[in-house]
Amino acid sequence: MNDRLTARACDEFTRGQLLRAAAAQAGSGLPMIEPGMPVPAGTGLSRRSFLLRSGGLALTLYGAMNFNPLRLGEAIAEAAAGPPDPVLVSVFLDGGVDSLSVLAPVEDSTYRRLRPTLALPADSGAVFGDDGRLRWNPVADAFRVLHEEGKLAVAPSVGYADADQSHFTSRHYWEVGDTSTRLQTGWLGRYLDVVGSPDNPLQGLSVDYSLAPSLAPTRVPVAALANPRSYRFGHRNVWGEVEEEMVGALENLGTASARSRDRGVRVAADASRQSMKLRRQLLPFATDEDNAPPGIAPPVPYPEGDSFPEQLQFIGAMLAIGLPLRCVAVRGAGGYDTHDSQREGFERDLKMTADSLLAFQRDLEARGLADRVLIEVWSEFGRRPEENGSAGTDHGAAGMAMLIGSRVKRQLLGEFTGLDVLDEDENMRPSLDYRALHGAILDQWFSFDAAQVMPNVRSFGIPDILT
Amino acid sequence: MSRRSKSPLPVYKGKFGVAQAERLLWRAGFGPRPGEAKRLARMGAKRAVKALMKPRGRGRLLGPAPSLEENQPLTPEDQWGHDHLWWFDRMARTSNPLQERMTLVWHDWFATSNDGVGDQGMMLAQNKLFRRYATGSFKGLLLNVTHDPAMLVWLSGNENTKESPNENYARELMELFTLGAGARYSEADVREQARALTGWTNDWGDSGYENFHFDRQLHDSGTKRIFRKSGNFDWQDACMLCLKHPDHPTFFVKKLWSYFNPTPLKGKTLKGLKTLYVRSGYRTAPVLQAILLHPTFYKGPRMVKPPIVHSAGLLRMRNAGVTTQSWSWVSENTGQRLFFPPNVSGWDDDAWLDTGTFRGRWLAAREAWESDILDPGDDATLERYKDPESPGDAVKAALAFWGNPTLSRPTINVLNDFAQRCDSLANSNWKKAPYRVMRQNALRSLIATSPDLQTC
Repeated sequence: MNDRLTARACDEFTRGQLLRAAAAQAGSGLPMIEPGMPVPAGTGLSRRSFLLRSGGLALTLYGAMNFNPLRLGEAIAEAAAGPPDPVLVSVFLDGGVDSLSVLAPVEDSTYRRLRPTLALPADSGAVFGDDGRLRWNPVADAFRVLHEEGKLAVAPSVGYADADQSHFTSRHYWEVGDTSTRLQTGWLGRYLDVVGSPDNPLQGLSVDYSLAPSLAPTRVPVAALANPRSYRFGHRNVWGEVEEEMVGALENLGTASARSRDRGVRVAADASRQSMKLRRQLLPFATDEDNAPPGIAPPVPYPEGDSFPEQLQFIGAMLAIGLPLRCVAVRGAGGYDTHDSQREGFERDLKMTADSLLAFQRDLEARGLADRVLIEVWSEFGRRPEENGSAGTDHGAAGMAMLIGSRVKRQLLGEFTGLDVLDEDENMRPSLDYRALHGAILDQWFSFDAAQVMPNVRSFGIPDILT
Repeated sequence: MSRRSKSPLPVYKGKFGVAQAERLLWRAGFGPRPGEAKRLARMGAKRAVKALMKPRGRGRLLGPAPSLEENQPLTPEDQWGHDHLWWFDRMARTSNPLQERMTLVWHDWFATSNDGVGDQGMMLAQNKLFRRYATGSFKGLLLNVTHDPAMLVWLSGNENTKESPNENYARELMELFTLGAGARYSEADVREQARALTGWTNDWGDSGYENFHFDRQLHDSGTKRIFRKSGNFDWQDACMLCLKHPDHPTFFVKKLWSYFNPTPLKGKTLKGLKTLYVRSGYRTAPVLQAILLHPTFYKGPRMVKPPIVHSAGLLRMRNAGVTTQSWSWVSENTGQRLFFPPNVSGWDDDAWLDTGTFRGRWLAAREAWESDILDPGDDATLERYKDPESPGDAVKAALAFWGNPTLSRPTINVLNDFAQRCDSLANSNWKKAPYRVMRQNALRSLIATSPDLQTC
């Protein structure tokens, strides 16, 4: 089922004191929902049917519920009926991607010396149009295609000063949008806290088995969901009206304990409640493939053999039928903590990731959604320029990030800092702070004053990222 | 009891009834078997904890042995998923639940995934090591796990040589296993520890890894400088330097505490446990016993059960066995497939429940009593449910099915309300009996997934 567990990983979420002190809440799944939160106003039937019509077969089931107010459907329909929100899809390359094997300085003698077994051949891959020193790894050709179409911008040396080489800490910094171990909310979670709805868990969606910490809010609900199609709560030998009552009771069990004094009970109660809300939102996906309503099946082919392209496909479909997504987090194919025998697995995973993202972009274009979606590809750090003797690479500092989308301005974000001058740990130096990227996304993509949720973000020099 | 041993650590003196016994059994094991909570409650806290720490007789597996589809034998070393089934069965049936629970703690603490090891036999050998040291010496455990074959493969210890040091194990040894992120060590210490740990390797046989051993030729015998001490350190020194590091006792007792209490450890209790731990010579048992007897353990807030504990516990409550291979993927849906922790820092105990894993728990609750699910199309079953049954009686019957676990008032109210609604839905004669049957099915799974049963 979970076919993308990180191979040969190091630490990612520490259970040490640091986690206890800081990131615990940032990664703690669903946020507390305060009891008595206001229900959004507005209940128009036309809006409701807008959502339900797209549910096809699900419409019948939904309409058959005779016990439960359609409050959530209304809230969602309302969000869906408003002007469409811009959507960010955050793609995390888990483990610290070896940026020097994505865009390789193949003619650099230092590179060849530091990478005796891992260096790409000098004539391999296409030249990177924004910096002739670099060539694309041939397996990442899909990125080259997007780049040449002017839909992809690369930050070749992104990071932050005094890089932390712990997966956990560095990832945490990226996710919370600050080099602070104390922050307990994600940078996107804080954004949603300001602009989000108190009743729409889909606004912050982790397409994964658990919540991406960057989505962790304090006020509004968000959700984690690995596969929308399988999100069912059936029970053998419980059907019809009794089944509907049972599902309602699952939600009521949550509501009944929402005010418990014990945090653990509240977490369990909240999971119960939010799960039932999400189930209702996803009814269109829970039908058989043959009976799936229009909009679910993708108009373009996706790669097969990994859950990442499937997840992107679902994101496209959810947007197509009008579900109100805003910030979506997903992990790229495979794992990138390549301490040994790097080449084979790395190239397989990178290819799957790149090909899937190209398919996703084509899907959005075919559906006429491309102007609404921005993709940010990132990783917690790059890897050490010098390979380690196990035909792998150890944790490094500056690495790469990319922005993909029809409205992205093709450019170099920062510059490639090269291998001749490294930091004191022999790692690559950053030319762009990751917070400048976050800030640009908030400012320009979401038209939201980034300083509201990242107070000192302006000090990092925010680039113009859109055309 | 001598006066000398008077500990500054407080011991729970309050009421020790069924509810307290349930908490002890869930947190220090996998929940009560039928009647077990009542039995334990009669012993009082002290004797109950002692009975868990030192169970009488050899450990046994109680209840029905696994019987898989098509009479397949259980082959934990070979068949995909059977590693999970094998351990899950032990959790459900062991007469020594604390030992099994601590084995799970170490699996999480030294989290190794077969995703990187690729050998169920090696994973099971590591599991045996964890079981051997369940409540034993942490020092012994650390030394042994450092050259455990699965760990050597998982964190590249078998590729860490004098010529090409690999930092993987060295880093996690400090960050995750003994000191914690933010403890007083530097990147230079990571690199020097990696040098100290060099020398472990293996041969390659027809079926993969074999003959893991220490090879002096591969070991860097030069002088290393670790934690401001210099010496010709080797792998045992690497471990001992971590154990003796001033930040280790705090890390150890806090981490162990966190498996049994949802509130942080601090103040006098922290100090007392650290002293206990160091004085004992880095043994787990004394610290564990003090945690299980601490007032906070009984008076503190409830905590979310790890999903595998919840699932195994449902089988224990029913004295039921493992009857399907589905458990391996069902457990994956709950977020806890054994032998496949998400990464080397283990499962995130603060993030067990979200909309994804909640559905997994629903599947697990259903699976736990799958063979007893009533069939509303079966004449004999309908016959048993032909007479009116009050909503309250339906709830009582469902509770009895699970051995009458303690439930909160809000939960009972929702169950009664649901049972009542089902009655009003059965508005024509043909519906009455089948709706009663379905109601009973639904009630049992609702109880098993209620916030009360998800927490302890």
